[in-house]
Amino acid sequence: MEKFEVFTAVAAPFVHANVDTDRIIRIERCARVARKDMGLWAFEAERLMPDGTQNPDFILNRDPFKSTGILIASENFGCGSSREMAVWAIAGMGIRCVIAPSFGEIFFGNCFQNGLLPIQLPHEDITAIQTQLLNRAATNDHQQISLTVNLIQQTIVTPWRHDYSFHVDPLRRISLLEGLDPIGLTLKSLPAIEAFEAQSKGRRPWIWTHPTLPA
Amino acid sequence: MTARTLFEKVWSQHVVENLALDVDLLFIDRHLMHDLGGGDAIFQIRQRGLKVRQPNLTFATPDHVVETAPGRTGGIAPWADDTIALLRKQTHESGIHLFDLGQNSQGIIHVIGPEQGISLPGTTIVCGDSHTCTHGAMGAIAFGIGTTEVQHVLATQTLQQKKPKTMRVEFAGKTPPGVAAKDMILALIGHIGTAGGTGYAIEYCGTAIEALDMESRLTLCNLSIECGAKVGMIAPDQITIDWLKDRPFSPKGDNWQSAIQYWSTLISDSGAVFDKSVVIDCSKLSPYITWGTSPEQVISVTQTIPLLEEAGSSVQKQAWQDALDYMGLQAGQQIIGTPIQRVFIGSCTNSRLNDLRLAAAVIQGRQVANHVTAWVVPGSMQVKHQAESEGLDQIFKTAGFEWREPGCSLCVGANGELIAPGERCVSTSNRNFTGRQGPGARTHLASPEMAAAAALAGKIVDHRNF
Ligand code: SF4
Repeated sequence: MEKFEVFTAVAAPFVHANVDTDRIIRIERCARVARKDMGLWAFEAERLMPDGTQNPDFILNRDPFKSTGILIASENFGCGSSREMAVWAIAGMGIRCVIAPSFGEIFFGNCFQNGLLPIQLPHEDITAIQTQLLNRAATNDHQQISLTVNLIQQTIVTPWRHDYSFHVDPLRRISLLEGLDPIGLTLKSLPAIEAFEAQSKGRRPWIWTHPTLPA
Repeated sequence: MTARTLFEKVWSQHVVENLALDVDLLFIDRHLMHDLGGGDAIFQIRQRGLKVRQPNLTFATPDHVVETAPGRTGGIAPWADDTIALLRKQTHESGIHLFDLGQNSQGIIHVIGPEQGISLPGTTIVCGDSHTCTHGAMGAIAFGIGTTEVQHVLATQTLQQKKPKTMRVEFAGKTPPGVAAKDMILALIGHIGTAGGTGYAIEYCGTAIEALDMESRLTLCNLSIECGAKVGMIAPDQITIDWLKDRPFSPKGDNWQSAIQYWSTLISDSGAVFDKSVVIDCSKLSPYITWGTSPEQVISVTQTIPLLEEAGSSVQKQAWQDALDYMGLQAGQQIIGTPIQRVFIGSCTNSRLNDLRLAAAVIQGRQVANHVTAWVVPGSMQVKHQAESEGLDQIFKTAGFEWREPGCSLCVGANGELIAPGERCVSTSNRNFTGRQGPGARTHLASPEMAAAAALAGKIVDHRNF
């Protein structure tokens, strides 16, 4: 997994509540598009015109937000389906950080599995950042709309000098900082897993016996 | 000993290791898999040189991409057949039990888990699908996971999980006639919103829950994720035990005895503390139906669509306006009388035998409106066969419904079965998101009886006086 330490990029306001993962990536793309191409289909219904060309009205298609790396989203971002392809799609667009007042829980967890950092900030802070970005967009100066997200210090530095701090669960933070592989990490606990299984077989034999197993 | 909630009792039984404050390595008793990504997940861990750690605790079925037309043998398109073939090959080579197409046990994973007696009280159950919360109706901690976590469970039979907070939702009183479990849970979502349960494990309790049959409890728990909660559970009782007895994978003999003894301890102790509490007065409920593109955009069928001024914030107001535009509806308008073109009775929410019985009772002896295309997609082969043995299929077919094969079908359209752009569908499924049933499709979520009545009337009606 790609490490996440300090990341500076253009941030775009995405002012929609309850953005569901169906909206981020359509189900038929999940089954049929290779992971590396998933970004091409992110927000398909609003980003692309029916003929497949880019919709010029969609915020992430417009200057200066075309090169967005940080999404400033609204309440309950990524709710709905568990499809991890929603994270792959967003990552495929070059976005490595989503900041919102709240997230769909499964989406939130899936981000950490893919080197993408989801950050929760209070509603007022989000609204303030979104407003700043919208106001500064007219200048078309990327520096004016770029944020620096620092996971080591857990801070967000803005060009308008109002900086924010945030908090990430310690385990998840370390995994992201070091780009750790969760399976590899858990396999280090194999003895504990084996002990649990042995004890469970005695305590709850009914979990372990069923018709496909020899009696 | 301190009083504990049902959730805490089951959680603590599955902690392999404490990893950090409130984060545990959790043992998984049941890993359910389906065709959408299931075969690939097994392939990926095998590529890494890892094995499926507990194939005997893992179960799979094709449901998302399978065709549901009568006589189907696979998917509609070659890519779907490839997906199914990959699941077949990978489960076979790893020793995982597959409930395959053509077998009497195939169906939507969240229907067959309980039906086969795989989903048991006091277990941890995961699946790469957000509606895994359905199985919480059995008294299990059941939740949906992403692709990476699916691989993690395959390789280690565990997951790193942050312990959620707990929420108690009491459904108090008695529901009036014609009000179903679907209406109860839609009422809750309307009340707390689609993010109201985020970060919580919900326990549903109260007299109206105790009165529900097992299948209705599954319907109710199915929509837990629609109020943001990964987990929604109900304490097992005699109804649960009677329902599980003699199912193919249920424990037998001495194992059954020791299991039910343990299950009887699975209740929240009196005095157990929840982080949040909500009470719904069931005597006031009526049939519900969604008007927008989020399950929280829901009203009683007798109400009018809310005015934009009633929105709680500018973001919500915008969301309502977008939803109305997409749905082709007006704020303040009656929902009753809205013409529809499609009806879908199916999905892991409402495709069990009892759902089909209730819908058939509405339909019996009447005809689907001329301009409506109506489908029944049973949740499993078993449901289908039982319904046929009761003659329900005949009632549906005579009325003009299509009687189809089990699968997810129009719930999400992953198999290519879609609602056309602009068409309006009353659906018994769980999500009315923009484009969920197909690009431009307009979805209204409701109970099977409401869907059945809409099919006959050709418009949205209150099934109680139809
Ligand atoms: S029926 Fe719908 S909600 Fe249920 S598992 Fe299938 S696609 Fe998901």
